[in-house]
Amino acid sequence: MGRDGGVSCLRRAEMNMMSVGGIESTPAPAPAPAPAPAPAPLDLDEVHVLAVDDSLVDRIVIERLLRITSCKVTAVDSGWRALEFLGLDNDKASAQLDRLKVDLIITDYCMPGMTGYELLKKIKESSNFREVPVVIMSSENVLTRIDRCLEEGAQDFLLKPVKLADVKRLRSHLATKDVKLSNGNKRKLPEDSDSVIITPPSPSLTISTESSPPLTISPDSSDSSSSSSPPLSPVEMFSSSPIDNDEDDDVLTSSPEESPIRRQKMRSPGLD
Amino acid sequence: MLGLGVDRLQADINRLLASLFHQGVLDEHFLQLQQLQDETSPNFVYDVINIYFDESEKLLRNLRLLLMDREFSDYKKIGLHLNQLVGSSSSIGARRVRNVCVAFRSASELSNRPGCLRGLEVAEHEYHYLKNMMHELFQVLSFILLLHMRIKLGYGRQ
Repeated sequence: MGRDGGVSCLRRAEMNMMSVGGIESTPAPAPAPAPAPAPAPLDLDEVHVLAVDDSLVDRIVIERLLRITSCKVTAVDSGWRALEFLGLDNDKASAQLDRLKVDLIITDYCMPGMTGYELLKKIKESSNFREVPVVIMSSENVLTRIDRCLEEGAQDFLLKPVKLADVKRLRSHLATKDVKLSNGNKRKLPEDSDSVIITPPSPSLTISTESSPPLTISPDSSDSSSSSSPPLSPVEMFSSSPIDNDEDDDVLTSSPEESPIRRQKMRSPGLD
Repeated sequence: MLGLGVDRLQADINRLLASLFHQGVLDEHFLQLQQLQDETSPNFVYDVINIYFDESEKLLRNLRLLLMDREFSDYKKIGLHLNQLVGSSSSIGARRVRNVCVAFRSASELSNRPGCLRGLEVAEHEYHYLKNMMHELFQVLSFILLLHMRIKLGYGRQ
């Protein structure tokens, strides 16, 4: 993933018993804590995404999804902050204002104050940023809402919770699409947001089956004392598709490849 | 032997997770979180879940304060809080919490006070159940961690 210069509204979680010595590292028990990265100037070659979501949990998840797909991320908690970041929060266009390089804006729909739709409109009204693709996220699958956003110029509409596959798809569009950006003078990142704090290297608590030991779940482990239903091997659960398929009526399963709604009005051909 | 201890603990985790999936307490989005964890972000799952707990407890507390107020009438505010809870719960795969909050939200949209009170109780119950399960999971994981460290550092066959 490389170094992140992305500034975000990320609060550090408590680390109590999990700050144990690095197991992956050398025999020396105490790892040196990694310093918090200084906010770096934006690199013209990297994709920079502005993520907008009022929920802290969702902001963290979307930020991680984007970072994993090699994007720089700036995450803000409201439409107003987004406009502020883009320099659109007042009517006067400042000539001295450094142009910002933003390759994608991804925003939640339901936010107090300014909704994602309202933010979308404001972005499309601006001369500097109207070409920037805007993606709307929502946990509600409401067709009228989707249509309205697409008509207003949204690039795509994602159902929450957003999956890695969704973000990878977005990313591949950005890689191949000829995006006309605002002129790319580097601009200092805003200093009022919290910077990302990298936790010191500590043992992975992943319970994934693919990663290296020590914490892979042993496929041999079986247990007789579980519930009356036939015990599913947990390894199967982790690697295969979901067991529990009764989705609620109000939400479609978000499967990007199959959803016709998402394919609508995409300007570039689907790439996966 | 330490090795046997680790196997047993891993079996415990397997069992616990299998049970949570079976019960519908967790869904596949919880697994999605695992995909986001790697060497550059080794504590991601733990961190996100703890943030989820902090945020959810605040929201539930506020909901209780609002509803306990005898002169309460701001159902819209309840709705806003519940939107947050529904959203974050679904983001981390906390399916049952999400579902009970959706039901709770429906009651608030109908300005149904007793329905809301019931909804709140159920939401609190489901939330605490999830939290206890997660704590148990993390505790077992930390034991495994400890054992592995001991093995690696050669703390012998005891």
